[in-house]
Amino acid sequence: MSSTTEQEPEHGDVLVAQVEEQLRAPAWTRLLTGSSTFIGLILVGLIVVFSILSYTNFVSASNARNVATDAAVLLVVAVGMTFVIVTAGIDLSVGSVLVFAGVVAARAMHAVGGNSWGTIIVGLLVALGCGLGWGVINGFLISKAKVPALIVTLGTFGMALGFALLITGGVDERSVPFKLVDTIGTGRVGNQVPYLVIIAFAVAAVFAVLLHATRFGRYTFAIGSNEEAARRAGIRVDRHLIKVYALMGMLSGLAGFLSLARFSTTTIGGHSTDNLQAIAAVVIGGTSLFGGVGTLLGTIFGVFIPAVLQNGFVIVGVQPFWQQVAVGAVLILAVYLDQLRRRSEYQR
Amino acid sequence: MNDSPILELRGVSKAFGAVQALYEVDFHVAAGEVMALVGDNGAGKSTLIKCIAGIYSSDSGEILYNGEPVSIHGPKDAAKLGIEVVYQDLALADNLDVVQNMFLGREETTSLRRLDEVDMERRAKETLQTLSVTTIRSVRQTVAGLSGGQRQSVAVAKAVMWNSKVVILDEPTAALGVAQTRQVLDLVRRLGEQGLAVVLVSHNLHDVFEVSDSVTVLRLGQNVAEFKTKETNQTEVVEAITAGKLSKIPGQPAAEVVV
Ligand SMILES: Nc1ncnc2c1ncn2[C@@H]1O[C@H](COP(=O)(O)OP(=O)(O)OP(=O)(O)O)[C@@H](O)[C@H]1O
Ligand SMILES: [Mg+2]
Repeated sequence: MSSTTEQEPEHGDVLVAQVEEQLRAPAWTRLLTGSSTFIGLILVGLIVVFSILSYTNFVSASNARNVATDAAVLLVVAVGMTFVIVTAGIDLSVGSVLVFAGVVAARAMHAVGGNSWGTIIVGLLVALGCGLGWGVINGFLISKAKVPALIVTLGTFGMALGFALLITGGVDERSVPFKLVDTIGTGRVGNQVPYLVIIAFAVAAVFAVLLHATRFGRYTFAIGSNEEAARRAGIRVDRHLIKVYALMGMLSGLAGFLSLARFSTTTIGGHSTDNLQAIAAVVIGGTSLFGGVGTLLGTIFGVFIPAVLQNGFVIVGVQPFWQQVAVGAVLILAVYLDQLRRRSEYQR
Repeated sequence: MNDSPILELRGVSKAFGAVQALYEVDFHVAAGEVMALVGDNGAGKSTLIKCIAGIYSSDSGEILYNGEPVSIHGPKDAAKLGIEVVYQDLALADNLDVVQNMFLGREETTSLRRLDEVDMERRAKETLQTLSVTTIRSVRQTVAGLSGGQRQSVAVAKAVMWNSKVVILDEPTAALGVAQTRQVLDLVRRLGEQGLAVVLVSHNLHDVFEVSDSVTVLRLGQNVAEFKTKETNQTEVVEAITAGKLSKIPGQPAAEVVV
């Protein structure tokens, strides 16, 4: 909040308001609740602590690469989840949509055959299309049929996974083109930065611009803040919500494709908690479950805090199970801070 | 003041299920005129406004703008005609700041379809200045942190910054203290003096007599009386509000209609 205190207050009540505000929100709460700064500081703090505890093992290019690669697929999902949660929605179906898209893409590439870029592009388009399809179904049911997002996406969570199992008979699909695995899956640019990481960050950057610097993003915030106000401002709320869930689905599809490239198999059983991980990351990053508040930068931090914790605990020899405990605590802290912020804003 | 109305409603009806919220209502307002719209709770004032704004579509009747019949199917249509509404519940997005709210749905963009924040901020400040709204310290604070009067000012500024011709205010002073009511009424006066057609919905007859040129009275969804403010008094208006003659009998249970 940039208050111009130099300006002569014209009315007594302005002065009173200023004093009240200063009493109400001490500097430290404003810093904590202000934006993604706090959560960024936690991340930096973690990195510093692990660096001190085990400099040689933790601070290395290969370790940074490991952490970033592990986080890449989740980051893609969490980017979409940020948009969904900013609209005050939720999407539980992401992990299943990811698996479904991966399975169908693997099948499609197998059917096309060969080991060329053409095959890979077919696979990518199929994965994106599958994700988009599930996203549109979610968005339509939520905005037009008015079924709560929690229920719709819980339903499609089961359905998408069920279809994936029906298609494969429950056996992971392993026929993934080598070229895909060698390049996008495990390859690195300049032998240093993995493609996966570059793709994930590029997605995050593009969607950060979309969220924070375009009308699409502004309407996303407006709908999450006050749906009726958005409607009266002439925003087509239903259509916008469908687009947001469609984007989320498409990003899940992309994540499915990246996961396929990375593991060269469909990992059907490995994504049942992706939804919770993505939601936790977004919320840790300062996005409010009540909608209308959030940043994409925060989400990036929110993805990396659990990743760094996991990696750091392994390196310093703490039982990695502690990671789950720590992430749980950070999550609760993040929501508590969000509540503090809301309380200070609505007090008047 | 030009006497030919810029906005006119003829025989507008609107029912919500069994509730006949509006029944064959005629209504008009001219440029430079402050038209007060009064009536008891549930008389249909907000519904009338929402029909004009295109939030509700009326069941029958027509809307004329500058003498031409128009169809208004949504807020965008109304805005295109130069009709802006400040709703009773304001409809501001609490998490967005003052500038973001004032431009909601009509954001300015640069050539790359990016939001032009600098220009929007400048225009927002200018508008607040021309309306002599001086109590808002930063246009970049979220409206959740504003007082009732400040929120009302933002909502009004949002309505007038689009070169609008008709501004409709639904109970703009209902939740305000004495000083803030003063500010909003002055604002209403100024809008009229600037040549806008202003529709002011209010329960406070004192306010109505202070700023309005004419008064339309709604009762149980019907237009029961119209006065020139100068030629009437509070007693007469109160009588119309509570016991105005219902000339048209809708196909409704008569019990409600009989006085
Ligand atoms: N969306 C709706 N659905 C059903 N009934 C409605 C709806 N909106 C208004 N009504 C009914 O229409 C009638 C007129 O309501 P309206 O809100 O227009 O009154 P009002 O004159 O604005 O009252 P107030 O002074 O309390 O604001 C009331 O009986 C109300 O219950
Ligand atoms: Mg009303």
